[in-house]
Amino acid sequence: MTRAIELSGVGLTLGSHRFGFDLAVPAGVFVAVTGPSGSGKSTLFNILAGFETPDVGRVLLNGEDMAGVPAGKRPVSLVFQDNNLFAHLDIFTNVALGVSPSLSLDGAARASVSDALSRVGLGGFEKRMPATLSGGEKQRAAFARALVRKRPIMLLDEPFAALDPELRHQMGALLAALHRDEGFTVLMITHDPDEARRLADRFVLIEGGHVAREGAIADLPPVRHP
Amino acid sequence: MDARRGISGERWGGALALAFILGFVALALAPLLRFGGAGGVDPQLVGVLTFTLWQAALSTLLSVFFGAAVALSVARRPHFRGRVWLLRFMAAPMGLPALAAAFGVLAIWGREGAFNSVLSFFGMGTKFNVYGMTGILIAHTFFNIPLAARLFTAALDRFPPTYWKLAANLGLGRISLFRLVEGPALMAALPGVAGLIFMLCATSFTLVLTLGGGPAATTLEVAIYQALKFDFEPGRAVFLVLVQVVLTGLVLLFLAAFPTPAEERSPQGAQLRRFDGGSSASKLWDGTVILVFLLFCGAPFVAILIDGLRADFPHLLADPLFWRALATSAGLGLSAALLALLLSWLIAMARVSTGSRIFAGGLDAGGSLILLTPPIVLSTGWFLWLKGGSGFAPYLLVAIINALMALPFALRVLQPAVRSHVERTRRLSESLGLTGLQRLRIIDAPALSRPLLMAFFFALSLSLGDLGAVALFGGEGFVTLPWLIYARLGSYRTTDAAALTLILAVVCMVFAVLGTPSERRQEEAGR
Repeated sequence: MTRAIELSGVGLTLGSHRFGFDLAVPAGVFVAVTGPSGSGKSTLFNILAGFETPDVGRVLLNGEDMAGVPAGKRPVSLVFQDNNLFAHLDIFTNVALGVSPSLSLDGAARASVSDALSRVGLGGFEKRMPATLSGGEKQRAAFARALVRKRPIMLLDEPFAALDPELRHQMGALLAALHRDEGFTVLMITHDPDEARRLADRFVLIEGGHVAREGAIADLPPVRHP
Repeated sequence: MDARRGISGERWGGALALAFILGFVALALAPLLRFGGAGGVDPQLVGVLTFTLWQAALSTLLSVFFGAAVALSVARRPHFRGRVWLLRFMAAPMGLPALAAAFGVLAIWGREGAFNSVLSFFGMGTKFNVYGMTGILIAHTFFNIPLAARLFTAALDRFPPTYWKLAANLGLGRISLFRLVEGPALMAALPGVAGLIFMLCATSFTLVLTLGGGPAATTLEVAIYQALKFDFEPGRAVFLVLVQVVLTGLVLLFLAAFPTPAEERSPQGAQLRRFDGGSSASKLWDGTVILVFLLFCGAPFVAILIDGLRADFPHLLADPLFWRALATSAGLGLSAALLALLLSWLIAMARVSTGSRIFAGGLDAGGSLILLTPPIVLSTGWFLWLKGGSGFAPYLLVAIINALMALPFALRVLQPAVRSHVERTRRLSESLGLTGLQRLRIIDAPALSRPLLMAFFFALSLSLGDLGAVALFGGEGFVTLPWLIYARLGSYRTTDAAALTLILAVVCMVFAVLGTPSERRQEEAGR
């Protein structure tokens, strides 16, 4: 099986915090990343996305060594808990940035943006500004951008944490459907074990800057981390 | 019953303060209307008006352009060593009296200044002449590039940290990043910043008086001063005053349409990270921009310091006129600061106590009325009342005008503090039956001592450094420190002026720092 993510002997020191990651994630798998606050989940994502450079070790994404590869050239898309959309740009432009960072779009590209918006349930939202959207709709738009970017790895940093429970269910279902159709690899930070069990195939538990446990989602420890 | 009496007392206090301000301004305007528009529109007026607007527009354009360039470079590097000090330095010119700045600009760019020394060192014989439009633009950009840079940097730093991560992840290049992220942030702040700077430059008096070059480079404010002081043409002065009020009124209307530029930064300041600007070309560019900015805006400060230290202090200290000026300035500054404190306190307390929107609007307008009728307008009116003025009256007038000048700033510090304080304590003190002076002594004064002191020191700094209100009344009988500097500069006794400038600059800067909320203190005041 090919590996989407492979970290071997990755070490990083930030201030007084030391991190060390060894991790292998097969392609196409949905992984829930859990662990207490401050344990290093976001730092792991920062290393994968290219926002932090490890002091030692190798980061392979899709089998390629990421040393020296800038954030924009990595095969990853990001969705955060909030502020995923530039507030001063309309929804179409926000999503179109995923196709071309300079916004040079041909007809097919424009069609792909509208198509992605329809797939996440935001058909006709092209001209709307982010401020007029609900929290859930904003996250849908962020997913639409990830769809048009076609990067094989998605890093989701608590994407539903700001939503109410019912919306979390809906958005989780949407994400699961997109994952099924597109087959990308998903790493999702979540504090909600139910959500993790509902959506993920595997889990990774981070504690004290290291991978403490990993395994099939059925083996996720029942402890709820604050 | 007691509690209600307490509240209505606050409204009465506010009404009293408002009546005082309105009365003072109305009495200043009354003789203006009586002398009534002699002069009319003539080529000279058109010339003065055109120059006023043109220099203000050019100053604004240059300040905004270079301020934005500096802000882009500073915002791109959220964590370099000394960034906090650079941001503090950007606030420094605001605390420097305009006259001291004029002295510093002359020391660098004047006939015998550092710039001409460099020119002649490289054998470029032609002397750079600073007087006129050039000098005005240099002085205005010295003040306003840092202001624009500070406000623009805050606008960029306020963006959520995820924006910069997303921009990096999406692979936005230099041009896309500017077009889609940085540019819109600057544009959103632009109207407020540009309007503020235009207002400051259109009503700038001291810098134009000292650096302008005769009739060809005169603004409305200076023309008013000259019409009264040298030509004694009250009719003409009155007409110019009316034009001035219409002009400032129009600019204020424009400004009211846009939000006031905000200075607070993102609360996640520590997490703020940028992922662009890693290339050496970008580092070189940002370093150069920041260095040139520091040179341009720092040089006048250095010049004030060096020239001042080299000056003949014993000679100055032996001059009885210096001591008289110092005493006068101290007296004026203290009176103005106390009056500003009293007025802003009364207005702020009434503002949170009243339920009437009309009264609240009146209080707001009264607090910033000085923006519509600048010091030179008020002093012109009172100058005409008093027919030149002698005795004690001019001191009183200048103190009042200085107090009114400080009022908008004092209110900006005091108003939010009073609001949160009253919201927190009103019910408790009412339930304890604490009212009136008792409440003032036990509850209000201790809790609000910090913003009150800040407003006091700011007003003190402003009044000590002001030349605008004194200009008309100043003379042999009425000498303040700024007036003495101006007189010494005019009679080419520059070493005296250098020593005086250094003293004035240091004193005003110290008080301005005490009167400026630091970011940490601002947070506490707002809590």
